[in-house]
Amino acid sequence: MRNLNQYCKLTKGFAGLPIACAIAGLMTMSQVFAGDFPTAAVNTTGLAVTDSTVKVGILHSATGTMAISETGSIQAEKLAIAQINELGGILGRKIEVIQEDGASDWPTFAEKSKKLLENDKVAAVFGCWTSASRKAALPVFEKDNGLLFYPTFYEGLEQSKNVFYTGQEATQQILAGLDWIAKEKKAKTYYLIGSDYIWPRTSMKIARKHIEQHLGGKVVGEEYIALGDTQFGSVINKIKLKKPDVIYAAVVGGSNVAWFKQLNAAGLNAKKQTMLTISVTEDEVLGIGGENLEGFYSAMKYFQSLKNVNNDKFVAEFKKAYGEASVIGDVTQAAYLGPWLWKAAVERAGSFDVDKAVVALPGYELTSAPEGYVKVDPNHHLLSKLRIGKWLKNGQAEVVYESGLLQPDPFPKGYQ
Amino acid sequence: MNALSEKLLGGKQGAIHLAILAVLLLVILPLCLDLFRLGLVGKYVTYAFVAISLVLLWGNGGVLSLGQGMFFGLGGYCMAMFLKLEASDPISTKIQTTPGIPDFMDWNQIVALPWFWEPFKSLPLTLLLVLGVPVLLAFIIGMAMFTRRVGGVYFSIITQAIALILSILIVGQQGYTGGVNGITDLKTLSGWDIRTDSAKYWLYFVNASLLILCIMLSRFILTSKFGMLLLAMRDKEERVRFSGYDVASFKIFIFCVAAMISAVGGAMFTLQIGFMSPSFVGIVPSIEMVIFAAVGGRMSLIGAVYGTLLVNFGKTMFSETYPELWLFLMGGLFIAVVMFFPEGLAGLYEKYAPYFSITSLHTRWLKKVQKVSGESQ
Repeated sequence: MRNLNQYCKLTKGFAGLPIACAIAGLMTMSQVFAGDFPTAAVNTTGLAVTDSTVKVGILHSATGTMAISETGSIQAEKLAIAQINELGGILGRKIEVIQEDGASDWPTFAEKSKKLLENDKVAAVFGCWTSASRKAALPVFEKDNGLLFYPTFYEGLEQSKNVFYTGQEATQQILAGLDWIAKEKKAKTYYLIGSDYIWPRTSMKIARKHIEQHLGGKVVGEEYIALGDTQFGSVINKIKLKKPDVIYAAVVGGSNVAWFKQLNAAGLNAKKQTMLTISVTEDEVLGIGGENLEGFYSAMKYFQSLKNVNNDKFVAEFKKAYGEASVIGDVTQAAYLGPWLWKAAVERAGSFDVDKAVVALPGYELTSAPEGYVKVDPNHHLLSKLRIGKWLKNGQAEVVYESGLLQPDPFPKGYQ
Repeated sequence: MNALSEKLLGGKQGAIHLAILAVLLLVILPLCLDLFRLGLVGKYVTYAFVAISLVLLWGNGGVLSLGQGMFFGLGGYCMAMFLKLEASDPISTKIQTTPGIPDFMDWNQIVALPWFWEPFKSLPLTLLLVLGVPVLLAFIIGMAMFTRRVGGVYFSIITQAIALILSILIVGQQGYTGGVNGITDLKTLSGWDIRTDSAKYWLYFVNASLLILCIMLSRFILTSKFGMLLLAMRDKEERVRFSGYDVASFKIFIFCVAAMISAVGGAMFTLQIGFMSPSFVGIVPSIEMVIFAAVGGRMSLIGAVYGTLLVNFGKTMFSETYPELWLFLMGGLFIAVVMFFPEGLAGLYEKYAPYFSITSLHTRWLKKVQKVSGESQ
């Protein structure tokens, strides 16, 4: 685009032929030729960029316990890349994907990141899902100066030059959701429950501070369940005893299925108990079953049922590519943004070099995101909205609340 | 002196095998592979320490530990704690609520360094603890089990349970241990940046040399009188006991040695890979390491190293080529090993190598010549 502007200025200056400028503009808009961007100029750091192609990596778990969650992200990233290629690629170069399997094993993520960056010299990597896998891969990206687009909503407390976070960080997901439930349900007492690892613990820390200091509420219980644990009997008994206005939950993975089924079996369904969860998306509902969730709330930035032009198109194309039965969760949508944001970064920089692309992206506004408008903040996170979805029997959510644009704040003052 | 070198190298045959392995690890691989692939080999070699320890313990001692991962992990964690403290100096952690403590402690609202982290401020003490902590744990487990004559499958199950307990403990106490993320983002060892290319080469060579040393140490143990007793205990424990030997203390000793060798591997892993996580402590990695030893041949120290290298190469290659299918290929490989060569690579070698050795070729050639000359007469 910068080239185009310069060209326009030149033509105007010399002959004042706006028509020529418009025609040239149209041509440039419709087709970017790789020849306009010689490889030597757009790639000065030895990345895998040729005159016609550019290599990127996709690094998620295709096997192991996380495969069920990460498959959606792989699909979304591949879909976005295919769409970008159809439009002519990036700087006239088609994107080639090298897919690696993290195998739900954090050290493997580090090994494969190294392989993608040092061996394959990929220009960007779309990947990682759990915080643990990101933490394992991060030092590799920082040392080899790679570029990672990370899709999952996560605990924050991190900001790296080499990573763009396309999901929400904890305060974006938590604060607005709690505000809503406190106002809407007049909630005073809260019961916090989560899986036992960094994301739920940090999230609950922020939630507790917000409840106690800003909402004037009270936390009547806080419990953590080992990852993969399926015994919720004692927790459910405690909840029955304490009778909280709201259960605030961040239970993940396989435990989720047991958690909701046992809640229902104990009679704590949505008619008797309000629950707001920050860990259930359409993907999880597939496993849990809509009937076990009906009436409970999730706080996410995206639901498949969102009504807007971008999303209608995205859902249709996703289903066309992966079947009518496929569902799209929050992270899948965030993963879909990765390749588009990278495209914007490279085009704004006019270069595939990581150092240049990283500087070019902040401030970029992506208006075609399925979730609606997002903007890249200088802290490498996205400004986005929070929605509250009420789950229906069919596994879809009815969006009952939408916040304004939320500023990402990975190191929140007063919440640490 | 001669007798000692004989024992360390395991005779002429053993010396040749060891020399081939040394040349492969120290000369051929570094020359043939780029730094990234060499780094992978370095990682595999750290697992080979555990495989060797299992050859001692399981192949020769008849004691199958399904929890060797915990010693590997403890060695690795001790090293990681030292590196993490060095990486968490007050200046680079100044955005934290409490600067100067590891970042994960800060996230978990811990405001002072826990007492058991204190010794890891000193390198000599750390090196001592890398070996000492796993040996102490092995000693306690050994005392509790072997003196009560717990053995066989019960011992295996209990070690597995302890490995699980330890990994749950590490995951659960995330404020003190880094939880499921492990201890990440390690940078320097006493000011020496372990992430640079030259450091990677250095660490690789130190690692491979330590492996050779550990093999020699194990050879020494196995060829001594103690090694004979070990075999005797494996085959007829009661007889050894009735002959007046204290079986339990021998078993405790070999269990401690195995723990120590595994711990060296763990510490080298942390140094080369730059982090440690509970996924090396639990049941799955422990069993995987038994598989390495089984594929290589559980009676052969050298075979176990090749087994480890082969299985891990397979893992990396399959998963790079078939990201969605590779686990099935690995499974197929294991089934094939168990079905077709239960003695592992070493068994295969011992069965067929004599056939191709110089002497046997020579005898066969002589026979053939005799036969031909006989026919011509």
